[in-house]
Amino acid sequence: MTERVLAEQINRDLLLNYYKKMLELRLFEFKVQELYRNARLPGFVHLYVGEEAVAVGVCSNLDAGDLVFSTHRGHGHALAKGVPPGVVLAELWGKTTGCSGGRGGSMHMYAPEYGFMGTNGIVGAPIPLATGGALSAKLRKKGQVVVSFFGEGAVNSGSFHEAVNFGAVWNLPVVYVCENNLYATEMAFNRATKNTSVASRAAAYGMLGVEVDGQDVEAVDATAEAAIRRAREDGGPTLIECKTYRYVGHHEGDPGTDYRTRDEVQQWKQQDPVKLSRKRLLDYGVDEAKLLAADQEVEQLIDQAVEFAENSPEPSADSVNEHVF
Amino acid sequence: MSEQGRVITYADAGVEALREEMRRDDSIVYIGQGIGPRGGNFRQTRGLWKEFGDDRLRDTGICELGATGVAIGAAMAGTRTIVDEVFLDFALEAITQIVQQAANISYMSNGKIKAPVLIRGAMGSVRSAGAHHSHTFYNWFANTPGLKVVLPATPYDLKGLFKSALREPGPVVFVEHKSLYNTKGVVPEEEYLIPLGDSRIVREGTDLTIVAMSRMVDLAAKAAASLAQEGVSAEVIDPRTIVPLDRQKITNSIKKTGRLVVIDESPSSCSFAAELLAIAVEDCFDELRSIPKRICSLAVPNPFSPVLENQMIPSVDRIISEVHNMMKQSGRKS
Repeated sequence: MTERVLAEQINRDLLLNYYKKMLELRLFEFKVQELYRNARLPGFVHLYVGEEAVAVGVCSNLDAGDLVFSTHRGHGHALAKGVPPGVVLAELWGKTTGCSGGRGGSMHMYAPEYGFMGTNGIVGAPIPLATGGALSAKLRKKGQVVVSFFGEGAVNSGSFHEAVNFGAVWNLPVVYVCENNLYATEMAFNRATKNTSVASRAAAYGMLGVEVDGQDVEAVDATAEAAIRRAREDGGPTLIECKTYRYVGHHEGDPGTDYRTRDEVQQWKQQDPVKLSRKRLLDYGVDEAKLLAADQEVEQLIDQAVEFAENSPEPSADSVNEHVF
Repeated sequence: MSEQGRVITYADAGVEALREEMRRDDSIVYIGQGIGPRGGNFRQTRGLWKEFGDDRLRDTGICELGATGVAIGAAMAGTRTIVDEVFLDFALEAITQIVQQAANISYMSNGKIKAPVLIRGAMGSVRSAGAHHSHTFYNWFANTPGLKVVLPATPYDLKGLFKSALREPGPVVFVEHKSLYNTKGVVPEEEYLIPLGDSRIVREGTDLTIVAMSRMVDLAAKAAASLAQEGVSAEVIDPRTIVPLDRQKITNSIKKTGRLVVIDESPSSCSFAAELLAIAVEDCFDELRSIPKRICSLAVPNPFSPVLENQMIPSVDRIISEVHNMMKQSGRKS
């Protein structure tokens, strides 16, 4: 094979993996939506549908020992970091086999064994925590990198400001990934702030800021790869703004149409990351049969996750006092 | 505790505990404003920066929310941290990180993630510091499952409790008192630890039990000494930590004396003093000889005027006068 052909082959294989992972995130969330609407799951959930290219493009560049601090919309981050779907779903079901043993739920799921340091119920709060994780990594000098995910709704909080300032001044191995889906619950970003470029804010902290199309997994991958490498080589933090969109409401139960038009939602769906990558794979000459097989594989994975979670035991009521301290 | 021995200040006892623990455990990192070359606003880190340097004594700007979040995140990732809020009042800037993240993390993660972070702050009234620099809201933290709360009253206790707190698996809120930093006491040079949850009997007595913490211990001891001259024998107990609480030793004393007075620098409503009165009712109801009494700060913001501030906080005279009233009540028993 010539070098060019080899490179194309590698790209194809990589993209196929990304496609499968994004589909896993997508189908997982649709399954959660269905279970939730049928009143099978307690609590409340914020779905990641539409934003899959960000989690997959970023986390594919992380090692198992790297850390991710996530948000209230974090199922996708957990899956992308390698937490098995059954373990995530079992947590949403409040089962003992969930990653937090049923004590956490959607917004408080932790799987340090996969480097997943938690979703979070408080917008903005995980950014200082991730920065602290990066301080720990830097002091240990093992080349560990931390990724801090947050939405654009977090960047007007004091937590964002104070945390990224620490990341920059202490030159910490952290990558700040803003998922700008344009709405903080119902609040449009351009109504919340005068400066709607999150990436441009990096300059205020003396940090590198980059904007990327968050619906294009290959673009996210390339941007994240460079930022993660810089962090690993003690080059300091990067703020990446991923332009993305959620097709669903803020949380399950919010139709998501009071504050944005159906046209706008439809327009973003034209840029769907799963469909885009599928089309690109076909353009690269990948067999449709191969894609259908991949689809089937992912569907099976989700079915197995449901079976695992559904059949897992509930915690015993007597265990309520365990693990407080 | 020996009456003989080396005498050092409350502030220096803390420095010594830190030096010993930071030498013993090289993962400990100290984060806070002015704690580096300056040695701390209260001289509470004096000399440490020289030994441990910028990596482990991390000076910050004035940003408690970020600094506390960073300290908690580093602790979650395996680095033991201390975050110095300097004034406990400033912990309010960071309260979401302390209460929502640090306190909850062990439980939310099913025990998989611990946050060994020590949140340090100096509380209390001192020399007209005014309403923004005098709060004593340790009871808020004690009301938050997942946090341990320590209030040392003497240099000896400060050192021994500090060292234990720096070996705890999870978050500890370590509350010093500003007006105690320059007080002196005997502190042994050899290593010792005081376990959390072990109260100290400051003075033994038989007629009533006075429970006091932090700076109030000194007031309680002075009141007890004065009462002794009138023939009233007061037992003074310092819980030293309110989470965990040494319920056994405190209730044993109440059962013995049949009377309880609690001195608390916080306002009485929903306070730790209120909790102790509830404990007395729950555990010692049959033994009580008079109505238990809270002597607390008045429910006003800390005034600036020395006259008003002195009126607000408990005093030795107020304690003695309340004890006189209590001793006049006819006992249910005896």
